[in-house]
Amino acid sequence: MDRHEHVFDDRTPGVEEHEPTASYLSYSVGLGLAIVATIASFVVAQTDLLWPPGIAVGLVVLAFAQIGVHLVFFLHLGSGPDNTNNILALAFGVLIVFLVIVGSIWIIDNLHANMMEMSAHATQ
Amino acid sequence: MTIAATEFIPAETARGRGGGGPASTRIVVAYGFWIFLLSDFVLFSGLFAAYAVLADRTAGGPSGPQLFHLRTVFIETMCLLLSSYTAGLGALSAERRRVGYFYLSSVFTFLLGAAFVFLEVREFADMIGAGAGPWRSAFLSAFFTLVGTHGAHVTSGLIWFLYMIAQVYVKGLRPHVLRRLLCFSLFWHALDIVWIGVMTLVYLMGAP
Repeated sequence: MDRHEHVFDDRTPGVEEHEPTASYLSYSVGLGLAIVATIASFVVAQTDLLWPPGIAVGLVVLAFAQIGVHLVFFLHLGSGPDNTNNILALAFGVLIVFLVIVGSIWIIDNLHANMMEMSAHATQ
Repeated sequence: MTIAATEFIPAETARGRGGGGPASTRIVVAYGFWIFLLSDFVLFSGLFAAYAVLADRTAGGPSGPQLFHLRTVFIETMCLLLSSYTAGLGALSAERRRVGYFYLSSVFTFLLGAAFVFLEVREFADMIGAGAGPWRSAFLSAFFTLVGTHGAHVTSGLIWFLYMIAQVYVKGLRPHVLRRLLCFSLFWHALDIVWIGVMTLVYLMGAP
C-alpha cells in the first residue's frame, strides 16, 4: 500500500479499517461517551442543574452530541476523503430532516397563532 | 490489507469518486443501505414533526408527565445502547472470522433488543389499560405512531437478526453473508440514533 499513499479508497459506513484492537477500543470509547451523554440527559431533565428555561436547549445539545458519538464511533463516519460519499448523503438527509421538522413546527405555530387571533376577534 | 478492497477489484484501482473504476461490491452495498437508512430517517422526521406539533393537544386527557415512567425509559435506553454495542462487536468478530465471539455477542444483542421490546409493549399495555390509548387524544395518537413505528422497526430487526444468525450457521461467514451482517449492524445503530431523538423529544422534554 506504500506505493499508493495518495489514493484514498471509498469507505463503507460501519466499517473501520484500522487494526483489530483499535476497532474494539473505538466501540468501547463510543459506548462510554454515549452512556455519559444519556445519564447527563436524564439528570438535566429531572433536576434544576440547568436554568429551567434552558433545559430544553440543553437536552437538544446533549442529543446532538450523542448522535455525533454514534456516527463517529459506531458508524465510523469521519471527515477523511474516503468518507466523502457517505458524508454527502448524510448531509442531504440532515437537510431534509431539518426542513420537515423545523418547517412543520414553524408553519403550525404560525397557523395556531393566527387561529387564536381569529377566535378572539370573533368573540368580540 | 482489508477484505473489502481485495474482494473483486485490486485496491489500487477501486477508489470510486469518478476515478479508477468501480468500488467493490461491499462498498456499493453498504452505501446503498446507508441511503435506505437516511430515507428511514426522513420517514421518522415526519413522525417527529407530527409529535412536536401535537404534543400539548391532550383533549382533556392525560398528558406526558402523568403517563411516562422515566426509570423504565432509562432501562429501555440502556438496553438498546448495549444491544447496539454488542451488535457492533459481533460484526467486528464476524469480519475477523471469530465465529464463537460472534455467537456470544449475538446472544446479548438479541436478548437486550428483546428486553427493550418487552418493556415497550408493557408500557403500551399499561397506558391502554389506563384508558390512554391512541384514540384518546391527538397527543396520544402521535405518541403511539412515533414510538410504535420505532418499536416495529426494532421488532423486525430482531426477526432479521435471527435470520442472519441462521445464515451464519448454515452458510458460514461467506462474503455475501458478511455484507448482510454489515447491513444489519448499520440498521441496528441507526435505530439507536432514532431512539436518542425519541428519548429526548418525547420522554425527557415532556417530563415535568
